[in-house]
Amino acid sequence: MNVLGFVSAFFGDSAHWHGYDGIPHRLLEHVQYSLLALALAAAIGLPVGLVTGHTGRGGNALAFLATAARALPSFGLLVLMAVLLGIGLVPVMIPLVVLAVPPILVTTYEAVRSVDPSPVDAARGMGMRETRILFQVEMPVALPLILSGLRSAAVQIVSTATIAAYVSLGGLGRYIVDGLYQRDYEKVVGGATLVAVLALATLAVFWAVGRLVVSPGVRRR
Amino acid sequence: MNGALDGFFDIPSDLQHSYPGLIGLHLREALLPVLAGLLLALPLAQLCVRLRRLYPPVLAVTTVLYAIPSLAFFVVLIDYTGQTELTVMIPLAVYSLVVLVPAIVDGVRSVPEETLAAATAMGFGPVRRYLQVQLPIAVPAIVAGLRVATVSSISLVSVGALIGNQGALGNLLAAAQKYDRPVLAVNSVLTTAVLAILCDALLVLARVLLTPWMPSPARRRPRPAARRKPARPQGQEATR
Repeated sequence: MNVLGFVSAFFGDSAHWHGYDGIPHRLLEHVQYSLLALALAAAIGLPVGLVTGHTGRGGNALAFLATAARALPSFGLLVLMAVLLGIGLVPVMIPLVVLAVPPILVTTYEAVRSVDPSPVDAARGMGMRETRILFQVEMPVALPLILSGLRSAAVQIVSTATIAAYVSLGGLGRYIVDGLYQRDYEKVVGGATLVAVLALATLAVFWAVGRLVVSPGVRRR
Repeated sequence: MNGALDGFFDIPSDLQHSYPGLIGLHLREALLPVLAGLLLALPLAQLCVRLRRLYPPVLAVTTVLYAIPSLAFFVVLIDYTGQTELTVMIPLAVYSLVVLVPAIVDGVRSVPEETLAAATAMGFGPVRRYLQVQLPIAVPAIVAGLRVATVSSISLVSVGALIGNQGALGNLLAAAQKYDRPVLAVNSVLTTAVLAILCDALLVLARVLLTPWMPSPARRRPRPAARRKPARPQGQEATR
């Protein structure tokens, strides 16, 4: 049977649509893990990126930290945390946040840094405070890039949250991991399809958010 | 410290590889795909630079490909390539390709018009102009892309442990759980991270050697306002 056959068999089987191991429940779990991880990563990455970008200091340190964080394998970190801390939400969140902070941090820093200096100087000349300059002059211009950093972080989280199933948590990875052990390829391929679709939906959400919050004057085709 | 790291290099024999063997396997599984991605990305990017209309759809397709989770990608391939190294390497090559194409296109496009005009005036044909002018000037952008691709490739190989022990150093993770020896998981994570950082450093070194005209990173002092670039250089479209 080819991939399309597996997909239609998986989604056609009504047993996959109900109960604790049903698609709606697993999907909800996956979205919950992803949103929590994204919120935590944004709470760390955005303020640090904004401040360092505004002052222009610490760029090298940021780049180094980001490389170091990227070098850590998420899957390895997950298993290590599960072995050390036991099974639960915390060992799953740590690798996801470590994965998502670098793109948010670095893109936000670069976004604020690359804002045209002349309006910033003009705002300063008009007597604006630094915080107002950051939020009212630099942020709106930097927003498209900042969003792109958040977007790539979100997509990576959605993809990587599948491995949560490996340490006995839920989410869409359940189908992939269980299917592999049970040699049930229908389940495996169905789970993989669901995750890919969710990742694409994430892209779509960010596209829509970008249309809504980015000022038309800043938007570029 | 010594007690906590007892048996750090004590690899269970059912992995069929020694510690250096696992490192070699890991590097092969991670770096060959990046190389393949680069070899595919160079002509594809050149095509995108030539035919501007081609770039947006190519970018869309690559974004979609990048959104496919590695585990899902591995698993779907098992049906075609079996539980082999190839199953791990194909997705990694695709991810590298996806990172490299925009990097090369942006790098090649960022070459100033005057530079190109000067090269043309000196009698450079399109091929020579591409190889001797555009590509060298694009080296920093290409290396930046290669760094991202290499580091993520090295860390993703570990996921291969989930599909029939094809994760090289990642296989230590399964062993750590099987034999309840957390130190093996520490070994796996640390070794993978060190490999990634070393390869990253090598790429930076290659960049410095390949672009002797650029100021060395150590001597460059950031001057806040003066060094800021304008929001988007003209003629360069939004990349992401």
